[in-house]
Amino acid sequence: MTLALETIGLEKKFGGFHVTRDLSLKVPAGARHALIGPNGAGKTTVINLLTGVLKPDGGRILLESSDIASLSVQARVHRGLSRTFQINQLYADLTPLETIGLAVSERLGHGGEWWRRLGTRADVNAEIAAQLERFHLLDVMNEPTATLPYGKQRLLEIAVAIATRPRVLLLDEPAAGVPQSERHDILAAVAALPRDVTVLLIEHDMDLVFSFADRISVLVNGALLAEGTPDEVARDQRVKAVYLGEGADA
Amino acid sequence: MSSDQGVGAISLRGARWGHGETAFWLVAAASIFLLSDRYLILTEMAWLGLFALSLDLILGYAGIVSLGHAAFFGIGAYTAGLLAVHGLIREPVLALLVAGLAAMVLGFVTSFLVIRGSELSQLMVTLGIALLLRELANKFSDITGGFDGLQGIVIDPILGLFAFDIFGKVGFIYSLVVLFVLFLLARLIVNSPFGLSLRAIRNNPLRAAAIGIPVKRRLVAIYTVSAFYAGVAGALYTQTTALASLDVFSFERSADLLLVVVIGGAGYLYGGLIGAVVFRILQDVFSSWTPQFWQFWIGLVLVLIVLLGRDRVQRGVLWLPRQVLRHWSARASGTAAGGSSS
Repeated sequence: MTLALETIGLEKKFGGFHVTRDLSLKVPAGARHALIGPNGAGKTTVINLLTGVLKPDGGRILLESSDIASLSVQARVHRGLSRTFQINQLYADLTPLETIGLAVSERLGHGGEWWRRLGTRADVNAEIAAQLERFHLLDVMNEPTATLPYGKQRLLEIAVAIATRPRVLLLDEPAAGVPQSERHDILAAVAALPRDVTVLLIEHDMDLVFSFADRISVLVNGALLAEGTPDEVARDQRVKAVYLGEGADA
Repeated sequence: MSSDQGVGAISLRGARWGHGETAFWLVAAASIFLLSDRYLILTEMAWLGLFALSLDLILGYAGIVSLGHAAFFGIGAYTAGLLAVHGLIREPVLALLVAGLAAMVLGFVTSFLVIRGSELSQLMVTLGIALLLRELANKFSDITGGFDGLQGIVIDPILGLFAFDIFGKVGFIYSLVVLFVLFLLARLIVNSPFGLSLRAIRNNPLRAAAIGIPVKRRLVAIYTVSAFYAGVAGALYTQTTALASLDVFSFERSADLLLVVVIGGAGYLYGGLIGAVVFRILQDVFSSWTPQFWQFWIGLVLVLIVLLGRDRVQRGVLWLPRQVLRHWSARASGTAAGGSSS
């Protein structure tokens, strides 16, 4: 079993507050792995540690067996680790076309070209068009992102992450806040992610987790409480206790 | 396949040269012939416009704020002055480039201090650097001439061909050409993938890093380019006025520049140029009304612009020219359509 992503004894403290405790995760290549846990369990901190927004106080992060813990955020993206955000982090003034274009140009190494007008590279244009089509964004590709319906913005959030061609994708609550009517598009987009991309899903929505994941890790107070297949986790007494309240298992 | 062509065409559209732009530069060129008794103020507008363009590159595109842009203006001004006084480089265009490069070096070195912080710390660091340079120029008055400024600046003919005249005609044409060339370069930069990545960084630096944009490197690059532009503006000032004194570094100069960009609007290149023209006209009009209180009126205009919103003010001012342009282009496209159908 080759591992796409692995953490070994990951630690993070904010002052006296221990938010990640000796966290060791193993995510095999091609997996659909979910990381769940109650509010405040430290799920978003884990994503920030993995992507390099935060520096860990201890432990190692391995992406396809090489240690990335000392790399910058953008260097990790170039290595093939990409993420979406729980709260949309998009460019309000830019269009979906420009947003996707940035990610594509940057990946192909053309992002720093200052002597060339936008839209003059056929390879970049073709890939932008393919991404927009795949996420049903062609019809709004030239509208400023801030004016798009929330569901479209949510799709763009995933489309941008995919446009960096990740080997490992971290999905941070992709369906958060999406109205019921637009939910189907998001779930379809998540289900249609290419099989060769390893996905780590952070999610509150248990329906989505159990329909999508083949393996689940449960995080409580920054430490791993349980890990296993969806069935095993669903039967776990400690997990039930955490989700249903103290003493429910007694 | 058609969607790729669509993507390319839409991307290219942003960089297309518009009627308004042609009109703007035609008016600028026409001023050489039509306003021959106003060369001094026109020259000031040209270098101020270039200086504002420099600030717009970092403020309007990359979101870096500065209250000390005079640092680069001053370095450019003194470099051009010293090169001329000591006869190191006599040819003005070459001296202009060297002055720009000197400012660029300072921009590169200080960029690492500026880009790391929040907007407030950017304001403080840029302000501090400009004040520091002013004090240094004061301290080394044997080199800079201190409060009296550099004495005996004589500028040789441009390219050895065009001597500066007392009416300032050559000086204005020279400044306008430099402004136009550097404007074209800035236009190329902001419409490139690099320029788009700056706008992404201004919009959301967190996401910019998360899609693999090297945020720090891009900010260092544009700050350095901006410093070059400001240095050239300072050198133009010195070459066209034969002056370089401590006030090139002054806080007022940096603050006025911010006013210019706010008046004209940030993030579309023409804002700095229009702002420079409007600012100098207002300054001229108000100071001929009330020599002591012109700053009061400038202040009032600024408050009005912020309260009313620049868009509304601009819409009001540009209403007539827009109508004329629309009328023209409608007629032009009407004839084109008629031609193709027949």
